[in-house]
Amino acid sequence: MNAFRYAQAHDAASALATMIAEPNATYVAGGTNVIDLMKENVERPSLLVDITALPYRTIDRMPHGVRLGSLALMSDVADHPAVASGFPAVAQALLLSASPQLRNMATIGGNLMQRTRCAYFRDVAEACNKRAPGSGCSAIDGVNRQHAVVGGSEHCICTHPSDLAVALLTIDAVVHVRGRGGERAIPIEQLHVLPEANPQRETVLERGDLITSVELPASALARGSYYLKVRDRASYEFALVSVAAALEVANGTIRAARVALGAVAPKPWRAHAAEAALVGRRPGGEAFAAAAGAATRGMRGYGQNDFKVELARRAVVRALEHAGGAA
Amino acid sequence: MDVGKVTRRRFLVRAVLPAITAALVAGTPRLSAAARTVASVSVLPASGPGPIPVTLNVNGSPRALRIEPRVTLLDALRERLALTGTKKGCDQGTCGACTVLVDGRRVNACLTLAVMAQGKAITTIEGLANGDQLHPVQAAFLAHDGFQCGYCTPGQIISGVALIAEKRATDEASVREWMSGNLCRCGAYPNIVAAVRAAAGVTG
Repeated sequence: MNAFRYAQAHDAASALATMIAEPNATYVAGGTNVIDLMKENVERPSLLVDITALPYRTIDRMPHGVRLGSLALMSDVADHPAVASGFPAVAQALLLSASPQLRNMATIGGNLMQRTRCAYFRDVAEACNKRAPGSGCSAIDGVNRQHAVVGGSEHCICTHPSDLAVALLTIDAVVHVRGRGGERAIPIEQLHVLPEANPQRETVLERGDLITSVELPASALARGSYYLKVRDRASYEFALVSVAAALEVANGTIRAARVALGAVAPKPWRAHAAEAALVGRRPGGEAFAAAAGAATRGMRGYGQNDFKVELARRAVVRALEHAGGAA
Repeated sequence: MDVGKVTRRRFLVRAVLPAITAALVAGTPRLSAAARTVASVSVLPASGPGPIPVTLNVNGSPRALRIEPRVTLLDALRERLALTGTKKGCDQGTCGACTVLVDGRRVNACLTLAVMAQGKAITTIEGLANGDQLHPVQAAFLAHDGFQCGYCTPGQIISGVALIAEKRATDEASVREWMSGNLCRCGAYPNIVAAVRAAAGVTG
């Protein structure tokens, strides 16, 4: 790990000013991702700005939902009764993430900002356009079993590792950000961007921006959400494919639907076509198969990850079977 | 400790003076909105990268150190305080050998910076026993032979203590899931699960 300076922020404005004054400074909260990447020399900040003393730690019941402070711990959010009852996919995604120890450290904001687990991104001896722009992508012709089957580019086929972000896509969560221009709200679907020709850019956030909270709006759809994670081990492992699905069913008809996939794309992937294939139909095998077909249409592997397309198709069906409060 | 520190004065000179100059040149004797915003907020004082004073509360005792900001809690415990019971396995948060309690909650010491653990109560494996009387989870690991090589054991025991406090030791599946952050390369898992369940008073 490189040597760095350390500063503790007690107000957001100073934290922001410090990040802008020092281009190679980095925020740290739980540290589970950035400290790890610093040990691998993937991140080499000149200054760590510790934001853990900022007042963004609470989980608040709101008139129309729940507000998660960006510094709320994954473990605390997963255990919160209002999250488990109103937003089951969020609680499930968190409990299926990482380990109990890491969930006691990692924060909600940090979870959304975590970097890819691509082994070539994490190895400074390898080509990676995300880590070293212009150096190439070792994954496209390399060991790419974990990599993207949709949304990648010739420059990057990494996957986004967050479970939480996939669940948030199905409940229309809103990310609140404080930046140089004041505060703004970003729908979760607009937070992450695809690599295209600039894999180093992962979100729409600007230099110094701080996520302050994530708003979970209550809805029948959110109450009927479900998260399915498929992985190589039963626990403590990143997904090969994950699916968050939410259904609102009335009088035997699907009134609204959300389908999102994880570990298949460089960003948490919302499958709008699958949602369109569900609305207006009776919940059941026929509609779910149509949705799964729509969700995976256009997906293609790079060799070792070809299996993900079929796995994703089946996972969408299985997640939908559990969504909407069904057994 | 002030090596490389960006002082408020230096920052103001660097960031704001050019803006003031530009404003004057343009014939506008007022700061731009951006410059005003910057001028009203100072950058944070920083310490390091050389050794800085860090006080850790370990097993009930305050321990004053001078260490660099990059020193992890794990390295501070092992290499500065000679508390080598906490083990370094993967050193990247994937094995759990470094598990300690911070304010009663289990965390990976390898991914915790010591400077950020100040003001919190840190409990290591050395802090569990009461004199010669082992903690019930330690005794259960002996009784159930919950180890072979023993390297992961301190982390397993700390995690077991936390799991019982979290009331997760309800059945075997729950113990397995909530102990999943601690890997054992010897594969002593059946005996580890038995030890944790016994210490939790769970049978059947």
